[in-house]
Amino acid sequence: MEALLPLIILSPFIGAAIIGIWGLLSPAFRHQEKLIGTIGTLAVFLPFLLVLNTFLNYQHGQPVTFELFSWMATKNFSVDFSYVLDEASLLMGLIVTGIGTMIHVYSIGYMHHDKGFYRYFLYLNLFIFSMNNLILGDNLLVLFLGWEGVGACSYFLIGYWFEDMAKAMAAQKAFVANRIGDFALLVAMFIIFNATGSLKFADISLSGDVAFWVALLVFIAATGKSAQIPLYVWLPDAMAGPTPVSALIHAATMVTSGIYLIARMSEVFLQVPGVMVLIAVIGGLTAILAALIAIAQNDIKKVLAYSTVSQLGFMFMALGAGAFSTAIFHVMTHAFFKACLFLGSGSVIHAMAHMHIVNDPQDIRTMGKLGKYMPSTSKTFWISTLAIAGIFPLSGFFSKDEILGKLFFAGHEHTMYYAVWAVGMITALLTAFYMTRVTYLTFNGKKRFPEEGHPHESSPLMTIPLWILAGLAVVGGFLGLPAVVGHGHYNWIAGHWLSIEGAPVIIDRILHAPIETEWILIIVSFLLAIAGVAFAFSFYKKYDLQGDLKVKSFFGSMYRLMENKFFIDEFYNWAIIRPFVWLGNFAVMSFDKNIIDGIVNGAGYATTATAGIFRQLQSGLVQKYAMLMFLAIVVLLGYVMLG
Amino acid sequence: MDLLHVNPFMYLAVSSALFTIGALGVLTRRNAIVVFMCVELMLNAVNLSLVTFSKMHDNPSGSMFVFFVMVIAAAEAVVGLAIIIALFRNRQDVDINNVNIFKW
Repeated sequence: MEALLPLIILSPFIGAAIIGIWGLLSPAFRHQEKLIGTIGTLAVFLPFLLVLNTFLNYQHGQPVTFELFSWMATKNFSVDFSYVLDEASLLMGLIVTGIGTMIHVYSIGYMHHDKGFYRYFLYLNLFIFSMNNLILGDNLLVLFLGWEGVGACSYFLIGYWFEDMAKAMAAQKAFVANRIGDFALLVAMFIIFNATGSLKFADISLSGDVAFWVALLVFIAATGKSAQIPLYVWLPDAMAGPTPVSALIHAATMVTSGIYLIARMSEVFLQVPGVMVLIAVIGGLTAILAALIAIAQNDIKKVLAYSTVSQLGFMFMALGAGAFSTAIFHVMTHAFFKACLFLGSGSVIHAMAHMHIVNDPQDIRTMGKLGKYMPSTSKTFWISTLAIAGIFPLSGFFSKDEILGKLFFAGHEHTMYYAVWAVGMITALLTAFYMTRVTYLTFNGKKRFPEEGHPHESSPLMTIPLWILAGLAVVGGFLGLPAVVGHGHYNWIAGHWLSIEGAPVIIDRILHAPIETEWILIIVSFLLAIAGVAFAFSFYKKYDLQGDLKVKSFFGSMYRLMENKFFIDEFYNWAIIRPFVWLGNFAVMSFDKNIIDGIVNGAGYATTATAGIFRQLQSGLVQKYAMLMFLAIVVLLGYVMLG
Repeated sequence: MDLLHVNPFMYLAVSSALFTIGALGVLTRRNAIVVFMCVELMLNAVNLSLVTFSKMHDNPSGSMFVFFVMVIAAAEAVVGLAIIIALFRNRQDVDINNVNIFKW
């Protein structure tokens, strides 16, 4: 099996190459949806099997490595395309290839009859290829290659329907916002190389100022990719892409790569407590801001997008508290239920769009009572909603509770963590509320689309992945049972898998927690989630869509802010984009037109002007020339003979 | 008077006189044919001085060089006269002051 390991990287690439080249050369191939879908899915399923096999036979503390070829080698610096399958990357690899496979299957149903079918699968396979590079690379440069690759694929897929100007602009926005973060990562890599002379994860050990700057820059890079303040604005717009893409890239995998990177570099981050506090604060602010916005949105995908931003904020809170393995745990549970939610919303949008009677198939105000028509979608969506809301014993409960608990315990280190913990508790309540709202208004309550509409349940290609993901969303939490159960002995993620004796990949901050406090916290977050869901459910059951008006009067003037996403886009437009456009216009209109063009044209004018003086000498009279020649010779001879 | 035993500077004086006449002709005369003849005069003045120097220094290369100059002069006469004829055919005029078309 060892010899097959390179296929984890190469198989999606080969899949993309086959689909891309064949599709480009043969127009007939482009309509063979079953064939394209099969190639695309198998290209991702094979790596999943390989990762799963490695995972099952894995010996703790003995990472499996493999190398494709040497990328560059100089005297002091060499980079290889070498990959490492250790505790952290195996876990991420399972998520990426496993959920990737399911979303490929789902996409065959969802993208049915789309004219760019082959293009879609080409990008999707290319994305998995890049993502595998990102998570499995054993050095920062291969990670960076994957990091840029997923960014590019995200750009391609957000702008997949590029005839629509708004969608093309959304793709551009995502790309530009990501580039800002990428730049920070590049600078961090320069600093690391300067300090250690190597970019391998295994060689990175920094201290002092270097550790501070590297941690800060890596965090900025993560805010770009993982959509945190101040760079989160691209993620809600990224919903312009096909819904399975939102599920795969913008919920389950790519957006968690910033969290993965920080967790991988936990050793560096633990040395700079100041940056850790900053991470927790930014995570908390992002979480509550996005949750508040989500309450006031009516587009089903927009709600899910802001919910993703909010949940990513939770992961950053965990990172900030030093609970890196908890963050990875939440990455995993979130991948299950959020992928399921997005795929469910895709199923809903599919059904709404196929009725051809509503203007906007994504607007929950024209849905309602869909559960009657779409039982599978409705059930899986409800399960995932309860999971994200943190209802015991679904997966979201365990991971979110652990994050909040760790934040509370980190309060001993710095009182700021208590504030972040409080924000986290409020956000958890808001999450339960807005997720119940969107699910209730979509699947239950009154039917708000025209009477003649008969939405249909999606095909098994789409519902089977939904059920698998919903199943995982139910049981996924048991991998990380809280410490109160058997003193953390049964917390498989934090206690067993990621933190092991010997050479741990991810080091958690040691937080002392009295067992009674933890029990209290568990009960509080348990009650909070139940209360949030129960309140929202009975509230919307009573008032249906009119409930939103009550919410509006509850929040007062703040509701207008929430509805308009706190005018962050407008603020960026005013504070950054407008000055940049002005600067660009100034550069073109004034500087380039006058100064640069002035120099270039001036050279021409100067030549013409001097020529205008000297051309008077050329009279065309031969004797004048001969006279000059004679005089010149006389002068020269006089000079030679007398001088 | 034996021409072979004349002071060679006499020859050089004649040569320079011829050259000066030729040069002045080239610079002042307006008829292209006269200018052309003056050029020939200058060439022959140079030939004379070459031969004289050759004799003075007892070195035959100077005399040899004269032959080359004669050949060049002959070729030049052919080309030059052809140009003047062509000029006259086109403009019915060989006054070089009127032929000033090679200018800006």
